[in-house]
Amino acid sequence: MEILKKYPKLFQWLFLLVVFFALCFAIDVPETYKFIRGQAEFIKDPNQSAFVFLGKEVRYYAFDVFWRLPPLLGWLPIWINDSLFFLMNDWMPMEFWNEDTQEYKTRPLVLQITRNLTAFMTFLIELIREILLGGLETIVAFTSWDWIDANPWAELPGLPWTIVAAGSAILAYKLGGKGLAIYALLSMTYISIFGQWKPSMQTLSFILVAAPLSFIFGLGLGVAAFKSKRVEKALYPILLVMQTMPQYAVLVPALVLFGVGDHAAVIITMIVAVPPMILLTLLGLRAVPPEVIEAGRMSGCNNWQLMSKVLIPTARRDILIGVNQVIMVCFSMAVISAFIGAKGLGFNLLLALNQLNIGLALEAGLCISLIAILLDKMSLAWANKQVDYFGNLNFFQRNKNSLFFGVVVIAGILLAYFGSIYFKDGYNYLFEVPHNKGISTAGFWNKGVDWIFDTFFVYIKAFNTWLIVDVLQPMRALYLRMPAIATLVLVVGAGYLIGGIRSALVVCGLTLFIALSPWWDRALVTTYMATFGVLVSCAIGFTVGTLCFQNKHSRNFMLNVCDIFQTFPSFVYLIPVMMLFGITDTSVLIAVIVYATIPATRYTIEGLRSVPAGLHDAATMSGVTKFQRLFKIEFPLAFPHMMLGLNQTIVFALFMVIIGAFIGTEDLGQYILKALSDKNGAGIGLTLGICVAFIGLIFDNLIRTWVDKRKKHLGID
Amino acid sequence: MSEPVIKCQSVYKIFGANAERMLKEANGNVDAKTFQENGCIVGVNNASFEVSKGEMLVVMGLSGSGKSTLLRCISRLTDATGGKIFIEGQDLLNLNNKELIDLRRNKMGMVFQSFALLPHKTVLENIAFPLQIKGIKTEDSINKAMDMVKLVGLDGRENYFPRELSGGQQQRVGIARSLAVEPDIWFLDEPFSALDPLIRKEMQDEFLRLQEKLQKTIMFITHDFDEALKLADRIAIMKDGIIEQLDTPANIVLKPATEYVRKFTEEVPREKVLLIQDVMDEKTSSDIGDLKVSKDEIIENVAEKILTQEKTVAVTDSNNNVVGSINPAKIINTVFGGRKNNN
Repeated sequence: MEILKKYPKLFQWLFLLVVFFALCFAIDVPETYKFIRGQAEFIKDPNQSAFVFLGKEVRYYAFDVFWRLPPLLGWLPIWINDSLFFLMNDWMPMEFWNEDTQEYKTRPLVLQITRNLTAFMTFLIELIREILLGGLETIVAFTSWDWIDANPWAELPGLPWTIVAAGSAILAYKLGGKGLAIYALLSMTYISIFGQWKPSMQTLSFILVAAPLSFIFGLGLGVAAFKSKRVEKALYPILLVMQTMPQYAVLVPALVLFGVGDHAAVIITMIVAVPPMILLTLLGLRAVPPEVIEAGRMSGCNNWQLMSKVLIPTARRDILIGVNQVIMVCFSMAVISAFIGAKGLGFNLLLALNQLNIGLALEAGLCISLIAILLDKMSLAWANKQVDYFGNLNFFQRNKNSLFFGVVVIAGILLAYFGSIYFKDGYNYLFEVPHNKGISTAGFWNKGVDWIFDTFFVYIKAFNTWLIVDVLQPMRALYLRMPAIATLVLVVGAGYLIGGIRSALVVCGLTLFIALSPWWDRALVTTYMATFGVLVSCAIGFTVGTLCFQNKHSRNFMLNVCDIFQTFPSFVYLIPVMMLFGITDTSVLIAVIVYATIPATRYTIEGLRSVPAGLHDAATMSGVTKFQRLFKIEFPLAFPHMMLGLNQTIVFALFMVIIGAFIGTEDLGQYILKALSDKNGAGIGLTLGICVAFIGLIFDNLIRTWVDKRKKHLGID
Repeated sequence: MSEPVIKCQSVYKIFGANAERMLKEANGNVDAKTFQENGCIVGVNNASFEVSKGEMLVVMGLSGSGKSTLLRCISRLTDATGGKIFIEGQDLLNLNNKELIDLRRNKMGMVFQSFALLPHKTVLENIAFPLQIKGIKTEDSINKAMDMVKLVGLDGRENYFPRELSGGQQQRVGIARSLAVEPDIWFLDEPFSALDPLIRKEMQDEFLRLQEKLQKTIMFITHDFDEALKLADRIAIMKDGIIEQLDTPANIVLKPATEYVRKFTEEVPREKVLLIQDVMDEKTSSDIGDLKVSKDEIIENVAEKILTQEKTVAVTDSNNNVVGSINPAKIINTVFGGRKNNN
C-alpha cells in the first residue's frame, strides 16, 4: 500500500494494463475469424453482411463488436471517389475557348482548372529540361508545330554535360567555396561518365520546378498563418495530418485529378513538401524576439519591409531547415512519383528494383543521393552568403564568375564540336554520354550480390527464418489477437493518464476512425511492423547516440552522418537490404530500422547536448561517476528531447513500412499500392493514407502531451 | 516657451478584450483592481506630461510598472487605449500608417534592452538598416553608417556580426543604429540594464557625452534609480501604471511626493545628487564668510570646504554674483538629516 501511495501513476498504469489483458483474455477469437488475404475482401461471399449508407453498399464479415467493430466508415472511400469523379466530370460545366481547335468547348470547371495547372507545370518542367537536354516543346509552346516544321533549326540543342558540370561547380564555388565546388564537379562528372546523365537531368528539372514552388508556397502560407490567426486555425489540422501522412497515399487522388506524368508529380510533391515548410516558417517567425520586430518598426519599416528584411531573415535558421526538408521531400518524391509516370532516375530505380537488378538500382540511387546532397548544401550556402561592401573590386574581379562561366560555355561548345568529329561511331561523349553507354558498375555489384548470396545463403536464410518464424510471426499474431475494444481501452486509457480527458478524446476519435474503417486488421499489421522497427531503432539509436556523445569528434561525426543519411530518398534504403535479404519481410524491417535509427540517434545526441553545462559541473563536483552522471542527471533531463526523437522515429518507421509494400507486405501499404492501379482507387488510397496518418497522430499526441508536461515539470524552456 | 516635443494628455493603455468599453465606462476613474477582476490589465493609467526640446526625461519604475508600455504608446508600437499624444504638435494617434512610418523614419530612434540587432547583418549593415529602409542609396547609407560606427567607437569592428560582439559593443551598435537617421526624438528602453555594472557606468558616461554633443529630446526608461538620478533632467517615477511623481532629481530626493517614492530616495547618497542651489538659502545673511561656492557644484565636492567654515558660506552664480548662502549645519542636515526620520 505504501508503494501505491508513493507512485499513484504507476498503479494507474498497472491497472490499465490489467484491464487490457483481462479484456484480451475475456474476448475469444470468433470461430469464423481469419486474417483475410488481400484479394478475398473484394469477393462477394454469402457469409458477408451488408449495409447501405448514402447510397453506398458496404459488405463485410460481421463479428462480435467486442472483437472487431463493423466497418461503419466503409462507405467513405467510395463516397470520396464518387465525389471526386463528380467534381471532375460533371460539376459546373462551362464554356472554354480552345486554342487548338479555335472553338468554344464545354468542360467542367475543375477539369479545366486542373488541366491548365498541369499545362503550366509541364511547361516549366519542359523549359528546364530542354535547356539541359535539348528539345522543341518550349519553342512550340511559344509558336506552333507548323512554325517549327518550317524552321527546324529552332530546336533547343541542350547544353553539353561539360558545361553543366563546370557551371554547377562555378555556382557552387560562388556560394560555398572550394570544397563544395569540387564536390559539385565530381558528382556531376560521375553522373555523366556512368551514363546517368539523361535521367539525372530529367530528375533535376523536376526538382528545380518542384522545390522552388514548394518553398514559395510554404513560405507564403507560413507568413499568412503568422499574420492571421484564422488562416492558421484553418491550416493547422491539415498540416498535422499531412505530417504523418505517407507520401505514397497522396499519389492516388492526385492521379485522378492531374493524370499521369511529371506535372502530376510536381503537384503531389508540393502537397507533401509544403506542410513542413509552413510549419517551420511559422515556428521561425514566432521565435523572432518582439524587440527585434519593434526595432524594425522603429526603423520605419512598412509591413512588407518588416516581413522581408527583418522577420524572415531573423527566422532564417528555421526556414532553412524547412528548405532542407523541402529538398529531402522532393527527392523522395522524385522516386515515388515514378509510380505515376514521372521520368528520370526514380523511374530507372523502380525498374531496376522490379527486375531485381540491384547493381543498376544502386547506381541510380547513388546519383539521386549525390544530387540531393549537392542541392541541399548549395541552398544552405546560398542562405548564409554575405555581401562585402568594402571590396574595391574592378570589373574583372566583380564579374569573374560570370566571365569564367562564359569561357566555360565556349570551351564546352568547342569540346562538343571536336567530339562530334572525333567520335565517329554516333555517340558524342563530350556532348552527352547516352544512357547505358557509360561505364557501369552494375555487373560488379550484381556479382557481389550473387557472391553474398552464394557464400552466406545458409546464414542469411537461417537468420531470416529465425526472425520470421520465432519473432515476427508470433508478434504479428499477438497484435492481431487484440480485440478492438481492448485496444481502444488501452489507447484511450493511456491518453487519459497522460493528457487528461482532452487527450483521451482526441486519441479515441483517431482510433475509432481506423477501427470503423474496413482495414483494422491491416492497420494492426502496419502497427506491428512499425513497433518492431521502432523498438530496434530506438535501442540502436539511443545506444549509438549515447556512446557517440561521450566524445566531441564522434558526436559531430555522427551528426554529420545523420545529416547525409537523412538526405537520401527513402526508397534508396530498399536497395542494399534487398541486396542482402531478397524479397522478404526481413528486408522491409531492416530498411525500416536503418531509416528510423537516424532520428533516434540524432535526437539522443541533441537531447544530451541540451543538458545545461552548469548541471554537468554541479554533478561532477558532487563526485558522481560517469555512469551515475549519465543515468541520474543526463538521461532524465534529456529524456523529453529524446522522446521527440521517438516521435520522429515512429513517423519515419511508418513511412518506410508503407513504402515496404513495394517489396510485398500485407499491411495498409499493400492496399495503397493496389489502389494505384485501381481506376476507383482514389478514395481508398486517401482513406488508407488517413488511417496511416492517424496511427502516427495517436502516438504523436501521446508523446507530445507527455513531453510538454515533463518539460514544464523540469522547467526546461 | 516653445511647443513641447512630446505631450501626453491622460494616456491610458489597458490590455484585454473589452478594454475600450471599460475605459469609457470608468469615466476617467480607472481602478486597477476592478479592471483586473474583469479580465483587463492596466498598463498605463492616466499619464500626462510634456517633454520639451533637448530635455531628457527618465521614466523610472520597477518591472511591471508600465514604464515600457508608456514608451511604446508614445512610439506607437502599441496603440494607447485612451488619451492624446502629440509629437511636435502632431496628433500621434490620428496618423495613418504612412504618416507614422514617415515620422519614425525621420524623427524617432529607439534603443532596446536586448539590443534587438538583426542577427544576419553585420555591424555596418545593422546601422545602415534604417537608412536603407528609408530608400537611401547603398553607398551613401554605408558611408553614413561608417560615421556612426566611429561616433560610438566601434571602428575596426564594422564587419563583425552581432554574435561576435560583447553586450556593451552590441548596445553601441543599437545606439548607432537609432541615431543613424539623425532623429530629433530618442527613445531608450532600459538600454544598459543587460550590461555588467562596470560596462554600464562606462556606457552611461558615453551616453552623457553623446547627449551633450547631440542635444536630442530623450525619453529614457530604467529600473535603476541611481541611473535615473545620474542622467535625468527630470524623472518620472511610475508604479502600477500611474506616474507617482514627475520632477527634477533634486526635488524627488528632497520632497518625495508619496511613500513609494520616498522609499527609493532613502538610500540615495544625497551629497552626490544634490547641487548647492538645491539646498541653499535664497536670502543672503549678513554673517557671511570669505568662502564662495558656485551654485552648480555637487554638494559632495564642496562639503569638506564648507564644513571647515564657521560662518555661513556665500553661493554665487556663473557670473560670480552672490545669489544665496549656505551654512555648514544645512549641509550636515542634508546629508544625514533625511535618514534619521525614517529609522
